[in-house]
Amino acid sequence: MTKPLIELQNVSFQYEHTKVLHNISFSVSEGDFLAILGPNGSGKSTLLKLLLGIVKPLSGEIKLFGESINSFHNREWVGYVSQKSNAFNSAFPATVEEVVKSGLTKKLGLFRRIPKNANRLVRNALESVGMENYMSRNIGQLSGGQQQRVFIARALIAEPKLLILDEPTVGIDHENVQSFYDMLATLNKEQQKTIILVTHDVDTVSNRISHVACLNHTIHFHGFKKDFDTISNNKLNDWYGHSVRKIH
Amino acid sequence: MIEALLNYPLIQNAFLSGLIIGIIAPLLGVFIVVRRMSLIADALSHVTLAGIAGSLYLSQSVASLALLNPIYLGIVASVGGSILIERLRSLYKHYEELAIPIIMSAGIGLSAIFISLASGFSTDLMSYLFGSVSVVSRQDLIVISIIALVVFVFLFLFFKEMFVLSFDEEFAKATGLPSKWIHLLFIIVVALVIAASMRIVGILLVSSLITLPVATAMRISKGFKETILYSIIFGESAVIIGLISAFYLNLVPGGTIVITSIIILFFVILVKKLVLSLRVGRR
Repeated sequence: MTKPLIELQNVSFQYEHTKVLHNISFSVSEGDFLAILGPNGSGKSTLLKLLLGIVKPLSGEIKLFGESINSFHNREWVGYVSQKSNAFNSAFPATVEEVVKSGLTKKLGLFRRIPKNANRLVRNALESVGMENYMSRNIGQLSGGQQQRVFIARALIAEPKLLILDEPTVGIDHENVQSFYDMLATLNKEQQKTIILVTHDVDTVSNRISHVACLNHTIHFHGFKKDFDTISNNKLNDWYGHSVRKIH
Repeated sequence: MIEALLNYPLIQNAFLSGLIIGIIAPLLGVFIVVRRMSLIADALSHVTLAGIAGSLYLSQSVASLALLNPIYLGIVASVGGSILIERLRSLYKHYEELAIPIIMSAGIGLSAIFISLASGFSTDLMSYLFGSVSVVSRQDLIVISIIALVVFVFLFLFFKEMFVLSFDEEFAKATGLPSKWIHLLFIIVVALVIAASMRIVGILLVSSLITLPVATAMRISKGFKETILYSIIFGESAVIIGLISAFYLNLVPGGTIVITSIIILFFVILVKKLVLSLRVGRR
């Protein structure tokens, strides 16, 4: 039995008077590649914010690496990659190298300067995402998919054990989505990174993931990918309405 | 010119202050511009004016304050204004930019009252509005040097945090950086630099020394550190050329420095266009 990296028990959350998440319980084990599926407004982003400690649950308990999230201090173990579209100012004057290096900020802590050997770390991180030839390019001149790879490298440079990605393929050309997932699968298998990925379209769930969680304010299903494949489209319709369909 | 520099301490003060400001204004300016806060700099400079005008009025009406250097109340007003802007920005969450006109009009309103109380415009006030080559005191130079030191210490300690915060605020929050505190410190440092810069370029033109060199640098640089380096080079050139021409042509340095910055900006835009069209032509 691998140890759970994340445990949620009866977690609920609401914004003012709107219930967003109700009684969420699930766990993620080391080495899992979990896709959280849900339509727009199902509470996916809120769930991630809870996991990142940006918002606090109304009730219930969240544990990260076996420790209550309130006393969890090793935030550098969790790498985060947000949705590309609203993440950053694309006219920002920075090179790929500078962006990736900035991923060390939290790990180093306040008042510490970026070490001289950081260049090697930057190169390693960029190699893991296949972007090592773009070190000195301006970040704004890259395509959406390339930028997203750079942001994964920025998360990887701090050597996280867990990667959390919020709809990472939004804004990426359709033909590049497949190779993007291939890269994530390699990170999961070869570097043993546990990955949690949020997406609102079941179509993007490919055969690379190990687990699926279906979210629409509450968890309707959580389990292995192969068990998810046996769920009928009718049932998915019940959970999500007509906005979600499954392709085999 | 060199003779004047050697023999007149006031001109020495102005030049040394100018050289310092030519570094710190564009250095901080890079962060201000990329964080889209240029207008905040403008609002703060007008609040600084209220402090200066208030101080000039006090030194006229209260005998014991006759020798008070207006830069101190200017700094107090600027820093106070910066904290107030932050409070207002969190109050108007969805209309953050409203904080700027509110603070700006408060600054100008107070300035107008103090100026009329002090019975109108004096040459002293003019020098604060547009800068001066000949009235910068040793005390001003010392205050400006201390502010420069504060800027360097701030960036030495928080450079990497400021980069993350400027580039991607969401990522900063997700990694658990103390964004709020760093931002508050930053805006206070900005307020200090504005108060320091007005002695040379004048209150009405402070924000141009913060933004124009950065606007120029961003046309040609690829990276962040490169942008900082170019901004300082352009800022420093504008200050040196501006101060020398102000001295010889007997003009206010605020005007000459800003117009030099504008000329450099257009020159860089033009050269870049030429280089690009030459490259296309060669293909």
